[in-house]
Amino acid sequence: MQKEIICISCPMGCRMSVTLDAGKVSQVTGATCKKGVDYAELECTNPMRIVTSTVPLSGSPLNTLPVKTQHAIPKDKIMDCVRSLKGITAKAPVAAGDIIVENVCGIGVNIVATRSSV
Amino acid sequence: MMKIDVAIIGGGPAGLAAAIGARRAGIQNVLILEREAYLGGILNQCIHNGFGLHTFKEELTGPEYAERYVLQIEEMGIPYMLNTMVLNITRDKKITAANSGGLLEIEAGAVILAMGCRERPRGALNIPGTRPVGVYTAGTAQKYVNLDGYMPGKEVVVLGSGDIGLIMARRLTFEGAKVRAVIELMPYSGGLKRNIVQCLDDYGIPLKLSHTVTEIKGAPRLAGVTVAQVDENRKPIPGTEEYIPCDTLLLSVGLIPENELSKSADVLLSDITGGAVVNERLETNVEGIFSCGNVLHVHDLVDFVSEESERAGENAAQYVRGEHLSNKDGGGVRLLATNGVRYTVPFTIDPRNVKDKVDVRFRVDNVYRDKYVSVYFGDEREQRRRRMILTPGEMETVVIKKEMFLKYPGVKTITVTIEE
Repeated sequence: MQKEIICISCPMGCRMSVTLDAGKVSQVTGATCKKGVDYAELECTNPMRIVTSTVPLSGSPLNTLPVKTQHAIPKDKIMDCVRSLKGITAKAPVAAGDIIVENVCGIGVNIVATRSSV
Repeated sequence: MMKIDVAIIGGGPAGLAAAIGARRAGIQNVLILEREAYLGGILNQCIHNGFGLHTFKEELTGPEYAERYVLQIEEMGIPYMLNTMVLNITRDKKITAANSGGLLEIEAGAVILAMGCRERPRGALNIPGTRPVGVYTAGTAQKYVNLDGYMPGKEVVVLGSGDIGLIMARRLTFEGAKVRAVIELMPYSGGLKRNIVQCLDDYGIPLKLSHTVTEIKGAPRLAGVTVAQVDENRKPIPGTEEYIPCDTLLLSVGLIPENELSKSADVLLSDITGGAVVNERLETNVEGIFSCGNVLHVHDLVDFVSEESERAGENAAQYVRGEHLSNKDGGGVRLLATNGVRYTVPFTIDPRNVKDKVDVRFRVDNVYRDKYVSVYFGDEREQRRRRMILTPGEMETVVIKKEMFLKYPGVKTITVTIEE
């Protein structure tokens, strides 16, 4: 299988062609440095993202609490993850790093606060 | 009348780092004046990650980055006033501010301008059509969604592919909106590649390069926009028009340093950056008034704002102690930006004030591939570095070292330029 991707490692934005054989990267063309090849391999076999969003916050002058996944999660779980935050309200006081949702969508990653309530 | 040694206008990333810089340099009597109800400025609404890779060697969100600095401010016991709006600054460094307690008059030994920037509004674009509800700058929408908890609309078109517009395209998608397209006038995006891939491509949001919005339709609510392709002179090509129904149009079309207060103090501004004309100490033409962060020139990384502003704080501390040479005797070497280099910050360097080096920041006017960035002292080429790519969206740096000045005594100009 052939995949076309754009490298995000630097502003060059190399367009790379990645050949996949049985889920493994067998060839990367178009990269102008090693970073591009590494990025292509990760992005084509196991793309991961840190997801950030907000949830309503009660008991604080702040209306919302910004949150993130504690670690990067698989790219295809992003929308499940943000949808599962609907209906969740955090209660002040909250400190940055506090767990707001444990094991979101059963993928073994917590949702944590990224701001302390005032 | 309050007497303050170093007064800092703005409690965002620039103001916080400047305050820390001034205090570390030994000035006790520092005060931050902030108009919002909290410190941290715009970082509080930038909930996405990607901040702090240079400063903290890890990827933080905006609020996390801000909190690290606010904690330092608290630990160092640096005073700040919230909900306090500075109304005027004079060239002899008298500050007038207002808050719920009434008017404040402050006499400052040094002033650090750290007011940040604002977004270019619709009025600056001359798009014909109605003036409906539903047209917002991307940053305003970001505040509504991330701080206030409201959605601006459901069907969205973004004009301009600056980073805030790209980030908001993803953010609104997360909150259930349909982002129809991002429209960019130029043949390239001003946003980071990472944001194009992770905010648009990941969600199948089309980026239309060399396109613009030619009409805004609907009343009282936005009903849709007409989008057309543009030619090499950025003029719409007849016959390429396409109507996109939408209830929200976000504008991500550039940032402008917010220098209204600087003008009241007779601070000289650059037509190109929109920020103050500063020397190597980040001091403006008005002695003892310094400028740093996005009010000086728009940055793409907050890490560089912090680094620059901490230096402004240290320099203001030196000024208060009378330790630096005056810029009145014209000891400065002028920096010239030519052949694709739009500007440099600083604009002048006094070699006598250079300890070991000066980082000169600059931006280019177009996308350049496989070129050289050269630095000339007078007519002599001192430095030549190959660059695989230069883009207008990325701030660049050349380092001017003390020993270079020793090699060229009496040099009047330093030129930063792009060459084959």
